[in-house]
Amino acid sequence: MNTIKKYLGIVWIIAAIAVIVFLVQSAIHNIQPDGKLDINKPMPWVIIIIIFMPIAVGLALFGWYAFKGAYDKIEE
Amino acid sequence: MRDNNKNNIWKVISASSVGTLIEWYDFYIFGSLATIISEKFFPSTNPTTAFLATLATFAAGFIVRPFGALFFGRLGDIVGRKYTFLLTLIIMGGSTFLIGCMPTYATFSFAPYLILILRLLQGLALGGEYGGAATYVAEHAPEGKRGYYTSWIQTTATLGLFVSLIVIITVQKSLSKEAYNEWGWRLPFLLSIFLVIVSIVIRMKMNESPLFSKLKSEGKTSTNPLRDSFGNKANMKMVLLALFGATMGQGVVWYTGQFYAQTFLIKTCGLEATQTNTWIGIALLLVTPFFVVFGWLSDKIGRKGIMLTGMLLAVICYRPIFKNMYEICDTKNKIEATSTIITTKKINPNKAKDSLVVKTSNIVFTDSSKLLLTETYSLEKLQINNNTPVDTKKTITLASSYQWSITLYIFILVLFVTMVYGPIAAFLVELFPTKIRYTSMSLPYHIGNGVFGGLVPFIATLITVSPGSDYLSGLWYPMGVAAVCFVIGILYLSSKKASD
Repeated sequence: MNTIKKYLGIVWIIAAIAVIVFLVQSAIHNIQPDGKLDINKPMPWVIIIIIFMPIAVGLALFGWYAFKGAYDKIEE
Repeated sequence: MRDNNKNNIWKVISASSVGTLIEWYDFYIFGSLATIISEKFFPSTNPTTAFLATLATFAAGFIVRPFGALFFGRLGDIVGRKYTFLLTLIIMGGSTFLIGCMPTYATFSFAPYLILILRLLQGLALGGEYGGAATYVAEHAPEGKRGYYTSWIQTTATLGLFVSLIVIITVQKSLSKEAYNEWGWRLPFLLSIFLVIVSIVIRMKMNESPLFSKLKSEGKTSTNPLRDSFGNKANMKMVLLALFGATMGQGVVWYTGQFYAQTFLIKTCGLEATQTNTWIGIALLLVTPFFVVFGWLSDKIGRKGIMLTGMLLAVICYRPIFKNMYEICDTKNKIEATSTIITTKKINPNKAKDSLVVKTSNIVFTDSSKLLLTETYSLEKLQINNNTPVDTKKTITLASSYQWSITLYIFILVLFVTMVYGPIAAFLVELFPTKIRYTSMSLPYHIGNGVFGGLVPFIATLITVSPGSDYLSGLWYPMGVAAVCFVIGILYLSSKKASD
């Protein structure tokens, strides 16, 4: 179980990078000057990408801690 | 002595819950009245006010709530729980009241900026309220009953939504449409100040948390809760685990069950708004006791299992439930009994190209459901045999025989919410030591609930406009986040409690 948790840590680090890449790509694709939906406006994307940067860093840090075995001991 | 302790805990729960319920009510009425707020303060024809409206919508939830969690969490761990969550109540109540008093944009051009500031203050206050209330109750609760007692706080978000719906519907039905649009919409905001004053009086009479008082008397409080919470690896790893293993999934399930379901019924299914809100209100009332049931159960069998089961059930059941609700509302499955069609031409004498033909169809089906279909055509396009409407609006009023089907589906969706949310206050409190509890638990809670949960409508829209998507595709976001959270929770969460 600890081995699974450890190697899933790499998955969480990759996921953190993937989330930011996805958000930036989605922003570029969906921002349209003549669009009417919220997803077409730049402001929501700016806010979401700003707020998700530290969250993604947190997910990567979580993955790093998992990889280093910080969550290995489960105490009941 | 035992009776005194029991009386005291119920006073503590009442003082905390009433205030938290009012704060949720204050936060919700702004969202529920968004259409009229936009009309009065943020006309979409003005690019500046439209920009401010977007900022108010997104910044209040996403940025300000977590910031409020940090700001008030820190204050609560230094000064104490009681005065901090008294302050959040004053800020929230004052902001809400002032929104109700604000002159509209038509008479006061700075109104949009002030409304934005007041909305941000609401988000800030909410960010500080929950952590304080949950911590305050938990620190009074005896060992082995923390889940049960804190679960009463957990009912307040749903009850706040319920009260906001009732107040708005009552005001709308008591006034003419003109009076409501002119001034009646202010009443739900103004009502808040009376509720807040009562809550402040109740909270002022309460004592500080006994655990915090003891810590303070021993000189063991934290001088820098932010550093101790997030700069200390042992604690930071628990903050991250709380977020990615619990509150992230809780946030999306919470939001999907209570808000996305409402939007789905009204906008995707076309169900009439008052009928939708009434049936949702009934479901909320019936399911609310289960917050307490699952909080109580978590004291017996553990918190992790119940929360993760709720997430797993949500992942499995979302698509079938939403599909069934859609099919109940889908008129393709109904047989037309009678229909009345009225066609109106709206000629623009100055610009013939802007002339419109509006076809209004009132259809009654054999099951007594009704459809009001309004199709708008361009006269210019009709003249060249282009029969595609430029705009279509449909509103379905279902027969009363469908009430319990829809109510049952909403009940099940919110039951998942009670499973993930009922035990979570006790769960979060138990993860962190007293001296940094308010700070440490508030941030993952508001990121999970406010950011991940709050993003449900935005990401759902993003997915549904993508090629190959259908009306259920928006659910992939909450399902995906809940599934990842379930995996992390199952593998990494422990039941270790922080020592007091």
